[in-house]
Amino acid sequence: MLKKLCKKAFFKSLWIYHTNTGACNGCDIELIDVLTPYYDAERFGMKLVGSPRHADVLVCCGPVTRQVVPALKRLYEAVPDPKLVIAVGSCASGGGIWYDSYNIVGGVDVVLPVDYYIPGCPPRPEAILHGVAMALGLVEKQVEAEGLRQLPDRPETVPMDVPEHRGRK
Amino acid sequence: MLLSKLRQALICLLAGKVTLSYPAKPRPPEEGFRGYPEVDVNKCIGCGACAAVCPARLIKIEDVDQTTRRMTRLLERCVFCGRCAEVCPEDAITMSKQFELTSDQARQDLTHVCEVFMATCKRCGRCYEPATPLDRIMEPGFRHDQIDRGGDRCPYPELRAPDSESPSTDEHDEHDEHLDEPVSAQVAQVVEAK
Repeated sequence: MLKKLCKKAFFKSLWIYHTNTGACNGCDIELIDVLTPYYDAERFGMKLVGSPRHADVLVCCGPVTRQVVPALKRLYEAVPDPKLVIAVGSCASGGGIWYDSYNIVGGVDVVLPVDYYIPGCPPRPEAILHGVAMALGLVEKQVEAEGLRQLPDRPETVPMDVPEHRGRK
Repeated sequence: MLLSKLRQALICLLAGKVTLSYPAKPRPPEEGFRGYPEVDVNKCIGCGACAAVCPARLIKIEDVDQTTRRMTRLLERCVFCGRCAEVCPEDAITMSKQFELTSDQARQDLTHVCEVFMATCKRCGRCYEPATPLDRIMEPGFRHDQIDRGGDRCPYPELRAPDSESPSTDEHDEHDEHLDEPVSAQVAQVVEAK
């Protein structure tokens, strides 16, 4: 139901707010690349906005560091409903090569509910376009759950006590 | 003023359309692109070389029982470096051109599980593991007719059953030579988990 609602709500536009949760800038550059006239994501109504309050979609790049967790939670709360979260890059979707690093809590899905994952290191601009088009319901999913028998239940994610953010709420 | 606008319009018209019509038309990646690592489970011998070199350590190897080794790949955090394909002694892993990996359930869709039939050490009952990492990479695989003889190179001599006869050194060497002989012959059966 939520998906149908999202489809309806995002029929015309998908304004994105881009946040770097600890990325190496690779995914950020690819994301900016997507907005250039060559790839032109604005065809789909995708537009980079300067404030999370104007945005429909929170695009996260990079593994979530401990420092950024409270800010990311506040950012998520600032985006008005209905909202989508897109994790761009291997780091954002699963932690990447930093998944067990001391200052990393994992992928974005550890902190926020993620709707679309775009793995790649960095993902091609076409891959990001494919992800956006999938969010808009224009293309089908290419990867399917196959060859599965038993899913590991998050074996690598270490539960951590993340301090609540200080200062104003 | 008007002239300059007209000039701009002319420039824009002359440039033509530069935007890709990507999601409508496919755009194959250029040569040398490394996409989704595809595993040919019929070639995999379960040596674990890929797991040893993987920078994201996403390949988890566990021995389910005495003859089955399960390799779980959590490809959601794969960085597509291609080292697993480079190091694979049987060329079981190839980096495909697939890059459209967007999914709404990354853990379900991008987890690949394969199970490999392994030989069992006669004495300690574990899956066969060579002694050093180098040996592990060099290991040619197991033949059907060699499975019965497995266990002579078991790296855990202290775990050998005390009642079994310990082979003399000459016999040991003979067995080793036999094991090293045919490299081309393929492993035992491989079962892909479905």
